[in-house]
Amino acid sequence: MDSTFQFDWQAAFDSIPYLLKGIPYTLLISGVGLAIGFVIGIIFGLLRISPMAWLRWIAIIYIEVFRGTPVLVQVLFIFYGLPQILGGPIDAVTAGIAAIAVNSGAYISEIVRGGVQSIERGQREAGLSLGLTRIDTFRFVIWPQAFRRMIPALGNQGIISIKDTSLFAVIGVGELVRQGQIYIATTFNALEVYLMVAVLYLAITLSLSVGLRLLERKGLVGQ
Amino acid sequence: MSQDDDKAPIVRIEALNKHFGSLHVLKDIDLQVAPGEVVVVIGASGSGKSTLIRCVNGLEEFQRGQIEVDGNLLKPNGKSGGALQAIRTEVGMVFQQFNLFPHLSVIDNVMLAPMRVRNVSRQQAEDTATRLLERVGISDQARKFPSQLSGGQQQRVALARALAMEPRLMLFDEPTSALDPEMIGEVLDAMRELAREGMTMMIVTHEMSFAREVADRVIYIHKGEITEEGTPEQVFDNPRNERTQSFLARVLTH
Ligand SMILES: Nc1ncnc2c1ncn2[C@@H]1O[C@H](COP(=O)(O)OP(=O)(O)O)[C@@H](O)[C@H]1O
Ligand SMILES: [Mg+2]
Repeated sequence: MDSTFQFDWQAAFDSIPYLLKGIPYTLLISGVGLAIGFVIGIIFGLLRISPMAWLRWIAIIYIEVFRGTPVLVQVLFIFYGLPQILGGPIDAVTAGIAAIAVNSGAYISEIVRGGVQSIERGQREAGLSLGLTRIDTFRFVIWPQAFRRMIPALGNQGIISIKDTSLFAVIGVGELVRQGQIYIATTFNALEVYLMVAVLYLAITLSLSVGLRLLERKGLVGQ
Repeated sequence: MSQDDDKAPIVRIEALNKHFGSLHVLKDIDLQVAPGEVVVVIGASGSGKSTLIRCVNGLEEFQRGQIEVDGNLLKPNGKSGGALQAIRTEVGMVFQQFNLFPHLSVIDNVMLAPMRVRNVSRQQAEDTATRLLERVGISDQARKFPSQLSGGQQQRVALARALAMEPRLMLFDEPTSALDPEMIGEVLDAMRELAREGMTMMIVTHEMSFAREVADRVIYIHKGEITEEGTPEQVFDNPRNERTQSFLARVLTH
């Protein structure tokens, strides 16, 4: 081993243009996956607090299954397992999006449930007593308030899901980590390149955090 | 004929029984309220006053009896169908905790229900809201959010919000109990004016001098039963029931 190791700044910078090619995949998979996950989360989050027990149970089973198993196993199942049922291959990016969607959907269901349940009972009663239907009361009274309270937790989930996309290197998605691996295979600068990979993840997640912080300061979040 | 219609009760509660699990909260309540009448409900904490008026607009279900409001019939165990919605559209409610919508400006609080429920145009809803806010003395706060208002102002907005639906009946559940003492007067003034204009009102309150002044009829509830009922003079000055006497002795000395 070379004990007089020198960090190769040049190699680190040289890798950046190559790594940047992975970012669209990272953003695409996390962005679309989270958007679908949000829709899933609203549906199952509301089923979770339905007055009907069997609907609650459907939601509980979904949430427990996808929260209780690793994202890596989920994507392997979708990418390698599902084609055996469907009879045709699934594109790696699609598999990644699906995995983020079902996984974040499970967590977001719980976020939605918590947000909705955190709204005081009097809000619903005020809406109903004004003659608003149950749906309108939810739409115009409960949801806007619940959503604001959910934003910090949703941001948290966004950051987790963005980082989870790094796992999809194993199915060959050309995202950030995968680009790094390919680059290292020819240059052997593992330290420099993985450091740059980490810095790029941090840049993405910090932008998200800062954006949310600004929203919060504008008073659009919380209350 | 039309005179008979005028005198027909707007609220008709018959043999109302309500349980919370094993707790029998309302026991065979019979009560009618005539149009324009102001009925004040008094009684000790936990006697069932809130539950009674919450049954009237279906915020609580009940197990036996029936409630008819302006021709719409509420049946036991939530089996009222469309009557529930019809009643809530015609009956306004003011809560102890105001329950304003904190994410909406004051004027949007007042405009929401007329626009969604009565399909009133935005312009018309805004005109009505402005007029009502003026009437309760807070037109200058219309663009603020509820959290920027004092408790007394918030409760007056809540009153305006309910009135925007042009209710046939107003329910009040201890509207001044969450207020600092110096703000109670402004809310009672607004209610007093409403009563003078002929609004039908059911009011739960501990403000006994206010009750004496505005009530056409006072109802005393003890452990879920109406044990005394009459004009303010009858109930406050000559209560027949011992329990009413001791209740009044307690609250009036405070
Ligand atoms: N949601 C509820 N679940 C169980 N018990 C309740 C509920 N609401 C009220 N109660 C009980 O019913 C009784 C009457 O309550 P309430 O109508 O609020 O009394 P009041 O308004 O006269 O103080 C009390 O004993 C109270 O504890
Ligand atoms: Mg009460």
